Amino acid sequence: MLDVRGLKKVYEGSGRRVEAVRDLTFTVDAGELVCLVGPSGCGKTTLLKCMSGLLTPTSGEVLLGGRPVTGPPPGMAFVFQEYGRSLFPWMRVRDNVELPLKQKKLTTSRRRELVADALESVGLSDAAGAYPWQLSGGMQQRVAIARALAYEPDVLLMDEPFAAVDAQTRADLEDLVRGLWQQRGITILFVTHDIDEAVYLGERVLILSASPTVVQEQLKVDLPTERDQLHTRVAPRFAELRTHVYEQIQAAKRGRPADLEDAKDMKADAPPGAP
Amino acid sequence: MKAENALLGTAGLAGFLVLCEAVPRLGIVSEDYFPPVTRIADALVTEFGDQAFWTALGDTLTGWGLGLVIAVTAGILAGVVISVVPFLRETTASTIEFLRPIPSVALIPLAVLLYGTELQSVLLLVVYASFWQVLIQTMYGVQDVDPVAMETARSYGLGTWARVRHVLWPTALPYVMTGVRLAAAVALILAVTAELVIGAPGLGRRIAVAQSSQAVPEMYALVVVTGVLGLLINVGARTVERRALAWHQSVRGEVAV
Repeated sequence: MLDVRGLKKVYEGSGRRVEAVRDLTFTVDAGELVCLVGPSGCGKTTLLKCMSGLLTPTSGEVLLGGRPVTGPPPGMAFVFQEYGRSLFPWMRVRDNVELPLKQKKLTTSRRRELVADALESVGLSDAAGAYPWQLSGGMQQRVAIARALAYEPDVLLMDEPFAAVDAQTRADLEDLVRGLWQQRGITILFVTHDIDEAVYLGERVLILSASPTVVQEQLKVDLPTERDQLHTRVAPRFAELRTHVYEQIQAAKRGRPADLEDAKDMKADAPPGAP
Repeated sequence: MKAENALLGTAGLAGFLVLCEAVPRLGIVSEDYFPPVTRIADALVTEFGDQAFWTALGDTLTGWGLGLVIAVTAGILAGVVISVVPFLRETTASTIEFLRPIPSVALIPLAVLLYGTELQSVLLLVVYASFWQVLIQTMYGVQDVDPVAMETARSYGLGTWARVRHVLWPTALPYVMTGVRLAAAVALILAVTAELVIGAPGLGRRIAVAQSSQAVPEMYALVVVTGVLGLLINVGARTVERRALAWHQSVRGEVAV
């Protein structure tokens, strides 16, 4: 469904050259929910922007359903971390959700149907006439998710969508995303810096290295499909998986794979620049 | 609290009027140059009964309104285009900074040369003065566009026109509104100045005529009319602003969620 091949992004400007993403190759199958974790500043957002066609990669390519992505593709929706800035304060919730549909040449009745259906899926049917700033943070991010759903995407890209909401709201929103994924069969790529969240949500977790970024490891999450906050998070397998991801990320920060870390005598020849 | 403020405001105004009545009556200043309020009010009522007054008022409002519409339209269009095209922004910046501080009244000789005492003279001055207010505010507004909002619009496939209409314009609107409010006030000043100095038909010329024919209370009455006009324009502009920007933080205030 989603193919990322040899993706490289170098920012060049005023004498500074920053290699944000070095060489990323991975695939996301149709209907899969994949979480991407990595140390902070590892180029997750750059990667997502390249995938969504908002940025042009320096080299490599992104394929959506076999077609190279050159600009924002119609079959892809993006949920931003900054919901407060991503929703338009001058439009009511209903109009925020409807705006992208107006570019899609749909009939008015079809648009209304999609908007009502999307708002119902996120439990915000009552808030259709409100302005985004009249809602709580969690509700605002629900509106942003509804906007993405109404767009009927094949692929949903989510860039740390719950980083700015409180822990309880976050748990609700995580369950919402998993529920929507199960009901609608959308392919979701979920970027997060939260290891627990990645393991709880994903069917597969991609661990990125520190910048310049490569894929450090791909991990299959073999937890049952039905997950809930109470039981899944205390399951022994959950703990093992999160420990593994945590170790990998720590290793990524130091710049080498975790299995080398176990051999104490090798620590002496850590690569230059590593702490 | 609000009622109390209104009461204080009314009392203050009443006190001011009483003072203006008493000072000439007591002979502190000469009644010839500063007639008591009652005589000004009298002259005002007489003006209201005069057809020529209403024609003059109409002329002033025409110059003001037409000039404002031209300035606002041109200011918004130019502001958006200049801010959106980086090349234009760079090339026009210094020219704008040079032209903007030129006082509009300095163009009075030019206006007379070009159009004599016609309406066009008034329009030239009004448009020149108010255009910059709108242009500068529009340019600030367009530059204030949130990159996240813009990226959201792009990621959902909104084309250039849709982005201007749905993201750029609403973001710039609060700034544009401020520009229009300032421009409306400046436009009135320039309209009256042009009539007064050039002699184009309108309240300004009527004030000049009243002064030269020693009709002092009439002159004051007309000055009061221009003042009230300015007040109404400001109140009107603020009302439009509040309606159009109900969603904006400056109007809605902090919302407890």
